[in-house]
Amino acid sequence: MTTWEYAPAPESRDIARLRPSYQMFVDGRFVDGAGEPLKTINPATEEVLAEVATASPADVDTAVRAAKRAYERTWSKMPGAERAKYLYRIARMVQERARELAVLESLDNGKPIRESRDVDVPLVAAHFFHHAGWADKLPYAGYGPGPDGNGPRPLGVAGQVIPWNFPLLMASWKIAPALACGNTVVLKPAETTPLTALVLAEIVQQAELPPGVVNILPGAGDVGAELVNHPLVNKVAFTGSTEVGKQIQRSLAGSGKKLTLELGGKAANVVFDDAPLDQAVEGIVNGIFFNQGHVCCAGSRLLVQESIVDELLSKLHARVSTLRVGDPLDKNTDVGAINSKAQLEKIVELTESGDAEGAHRWTSPCPLPDKGFFFAPTVFSDVSQAMRIAREEIFGPVLSVLTFRTPDEAIAKANNTPYGLSAGVWTDKGSRILWMAQRMRAGVVWANTFNRFDPSAPFGGYNESGFGREGGRTGLEAYLNV
Amino acid sequence: MSTTTAAPAEPAELPAELADATRDDASLRRFMHGLPGVDQVGAELRAATLATRSIKKQSKLWAIDTAIRMVDLTTLEGADTPGKVRSLCAKARRPDPERPDVPSVAAVCIYPDLVPTAVDALRGTGIGIASVATAFPSGRAARAVKIADAEAAVRAGATEVDMVIDRGAFLAGHYRRVYDEIVEVKAACDTAHLKVILETGELVTYDNVLRASWLALLAGGDFIKTSTGKMSPAATLPVTHIMLQAVRDWHAQTGDRRGVKAAGGIRTTKDAIRYLVAVREVAGPEWLTPDLFRFGASSLLNDLLMQRRTQLEGHYSGQNYVTVD
Repeated sequence: MTTWEYAPAPESRDIARLRPSYQMFVDGRFVDGAGEPLKTINPATEEVLAEVATASPADVDTAVRAAKRAYERTWSKMPGAERAKYLYRIARMVQERARELAVLESLDNGKPIRESRDVDVPLVAAHFFHHAGWADKLPYAGYGPGPDGNGPRPLGVAGQVIPWNFPLLMASWKIAPALACGNTVVLKPAETTPLTALVLAEIVQQAELPPGVVNILPGAGDVGAELVNHPLVNKVAFTGSTEVGKQIQRSLAGSGKKLTLELGGKAANVVFDDAPLDQAVEGIVNGIFFNQGHVCCAGSRLLVQESIVDELLSKLHARVSTLRVGDPLDKNTDVGAINSKAQLEKIVELTESGDAEGAHRWTSPCPLPDKGFFFAPTVFSDVSQAMRIAREEIFGPVLSVLTFRTPDEAIAKANNTPYGLSAGVWTDKGSRILWMAQRMRAGVVWANTFNRFDPSAPFGGYNESGFGREGGRTGLEAYLNV
Repeated sequence: MSTTTAAPAEPAELPAELADATRDDASLRRFMHGLPGVDQVGAELRAATLATRSIKKQSKLWAIDTAIRMVDLTTLEGADTPGKVRSLCAKARRPDPERPDVPSVAAVCIYPDLVPTAVDALRGTGIGIASVATAFPSGRAARAVKIADAEAAVRAGATEVDMVIDRGAFLAGHYRRVYDEIVEVKAACDTAHLKVILETGELVTYDNVLRASWLALLAGGDFIKTSTGKMSPAATLPVTHIMLQAVRDWHAQTGDRRGVKAAGGIRTTKDAIRYLVAVREVAGPEWLTPDLFRFGASSLLNDLLMQRRTQLEGHYSGQNYVTVD
């Protein structure tokens, strides 16, 4: 060996305990659905992983009625301290099965095992732990003592629809606060990534939650539409595309259902000339290449002060060249597979528009696997606000680099988007961080870091990135009658 | 084992902005304070993330052999005797007597008065003789004494000198004094290789580590070295990351490759491999040679030998199967 190449270090796929078929989870039991079963594939190999039952309109009705029953008979009447015990139990069981969940997530989603193991699954447990703690403290959440001194009342049945980029993590963001506040849940995972949510259902069953408190219905958009429009659903939470979010908001208008939407983004990551450069490079990489860029809050627009753009780009290119792209189950993989063929085609189409509109494309020289859906990390420089790659959400490992001259110009460009989910600012000046954070229209502003999540920190957007917050004290509001 | 790194560029050959930095006290100060800051949280996160790399099979065996070739086998005790140094040299030559294919280490690292003993014991082996100098470990002595210390070590046959910087002067902001001293020690070293110990545990902040790294590189140090090993914390992964980034940036600006030595506190193969991963991914694969990266260690070598046997034989042996020298 003349150069040091890392030997493959794959995590064993047996750990995922993959089964040939998965059923949906309704009223405490695993049952077949009347919908056409779907086949979920491994995006890194394009092989079929499992056949998964899907829900018909009648199944949705059954599940919502089961949730309503569970809400009225047990869950909403249970003291918070008792609900907390169930949530703590789920959190511990997630930790016990962390490795299985991580491998299964990487198989179904394509994200590297390093991320599913070190980020997704620990955060899932953290979200259940965090919200378990709230269940008996709702009178102190800042929304008043409630009618009986036990805090504000819950809403009822929550219909929740989640995306494919963080399948299990989004399930926990939705389920944990809903249950902590005393609501029951019918959740639809994304059609390309239903598996970990169904293992979570298994955990819910083993934790002996009363039947109907949590129901998981796999399926495509039609199941989601059926669910959010069901008359017995009191609260809708959706994470996904802005387009679908708008449809949901239209169809719910006048229904009296409480709605929270967490949609797309085109976050600005602003780097000033006094930034800690090497760590800024790390933050830029983590901002856009984390989870293959399938992150609604990804730092996809890099705004660099013009005086340092050459130095920063040369450091960035060198760093991105070291990213290892390939088998998601290899412990040394940094960037895994694009989740679906459709998404890969969308990324290719948008990057071609970048070429056509005159941006300068740089692609990492990393080798790509022969099969599966992969896209090499890409950095566009000489990008202007007018280009599609600066305005549209690419949802892939593609960074658009723009420059600015003054803080005012940075703010003007950062805010020049219909979205407003997240933003980043890199500078050694504390006062400038605060100045920027006050002016950037984004639900989350990271300072000298990016893509860091914590259950105690509320997350959510402005404008076309949606409304409502998830996590922290603020996030409880979405599941309480206040 | 060769220690034939090209002589570092003289200040005269530096690019204008670096040459200007050392023109006078004020310029040096401006340069040091103009270096980008280091964000502690980000630096530590990067080091922790890279430490999760999983190195298996052939790549692990390669890493173990490379790490052995990078060891500066060290004894720096008041109780050191010629006998102790002779047995250290024997270990350096043949780390695992039952396995002649195990490479020898890069150098032994000892106090200056024991250099003659090591010269005798290592004659003809190509193993470096590194002597600490300049009133190691505190560096608290008159400059003439420090220079004399380094000269004596080289005259006795040391091929490498591990000097300590004047941390008191550095922390007081007297960068020029620290710089001048390194330049003078470098001159006193003649052809011997100069490693500049920053003692990062006393500099405390990563900003200071970055500044001290640049100061030592500007002054002509062939290697920048984390620690004396006489205090805790000694080498840490984040500190080593910052120093590796400094030599990488130095190369980008000057075309000249300088080395890094992580010393103190690295005791296991697992730790050593994490450092090698950092070398490969932060500085670059070109740094994966004993000419450009070293471990200052004593107990690390035996753990490397035990892990090497485990890799080749498929089972663990015990501590009594490796020699204790």
